[in-house]
Amino acid sequence: MRRLGLLALLCLVPLLAIAQAIQPLPFRDRAEEVRFQKLSTELRCPMCQNETLADSNAPIAHDLRRQIFEMMQAGKSDAEIKAYLVDRYSDFVLYKPPVEPKTWLLWFGPLVVLALGGFVVAVQVRRRARQAPVTTQAPANDAEDDW
Amino acid sequence: MSRFLPLIGFTLLVVLFGFGIWWNTQHDQHEIVSPLINKPAPAFALPVLGEEGRTVDRQSLLGKPYILNVFGSWCIECVHEHAVLSTDVKALGLPLIGMNYKDDPKDATAWLAEHGNPFNLVIVDRDGRAGIDFGVYGAPETFLIDGKGVIRYKHVGPITPEVVTREIQPALAALAKEGS
Repeated sequence: MRRLGLLALLCLVPLLAIAQAIQPLPFRDRAEEVRFQKLSTELRCPMCQNETLADSNAPIAHDLRRQIFEMMQAGKSDAEIKAYLVDRYSDFVLYKPPVEPKTWLLWFGPLVVLALGGFVVAVQVRRRARQAPVTTQAPANDAEDDW
Repeated sequence: MSRFLPLIGFTLLVVLFGFGIWWNTQHDQHEIVSPLINKPAPAFALPVLGEEGRTVDRQSLLGKPYILNVFGSWCIECVHEHAVLSTDVKALGLPLIGMNYKDDPKDATAWLAEHGNPFNLVIVDRDGRAGIDFGVYGAPETFLIDGKGVIRYKHVGPITPEVVTREIQPALAALAKEGS
């Protein structure tokens, strides 16, 4: 029983790390804080590159959070804040890259591969359905619909 | 023919993944290519280290290309880079401006006294705001800014003699060609 309690306590330790990573900022209200949290999880820390600005404890993430906070206080929109960061740190800071010619492959590549794969499968299945002697009991004229 | 199809598919995948591995060894995956290259350097007005009351801004540095090196006394790699700044970079004959980034001026002064001061001028970006405008995300970083105040080249991480010969010197040669 005691062990179980200890285990439960240990499970809380990671939460502590999260609480420490986030610097206390004087938000006006809950809505502003939620907006800040949402925005900073959509942005990538340039220093420790697989962390969001919200999670990262790197000095630059600290500074950029402060910058975002100040821009929010100054009445800037989310789009303006993102543009500000992209101007300085490139599209890299966006977790969701914009759809533009140079990212078409990224956005639509998987769809193209899926379509190609589907096409190959369809062709193969049709061909085999035609070639293979009909051994099942299904009527021959239904063979194409069956697959 | 069709019995070779899986083999062909497999070979294509091997080539694709092989290219991916090769590509990733060819460049520093942590380096963010700065969107500021070939754009005017951001406006700044920063105090000069060790000279009370004097500030230097973007305008006052126009006219001649210069190298801007972002450093801090807290930065471990900066110590390794320091020797190269004092020799290879100094030998380029350009003004070398230090940007003391997120540092206590006292620590910076002590650091420069201990290791030697290769800089013609050190400007102080205490809270890192000018650094954000320059797209700095850690020290050391080095910029080459031309006489018109345009950022021509950026290097993230410590400068090595190879970086000087392979990257900075060609960038300078390109600048000299334009000027003539």
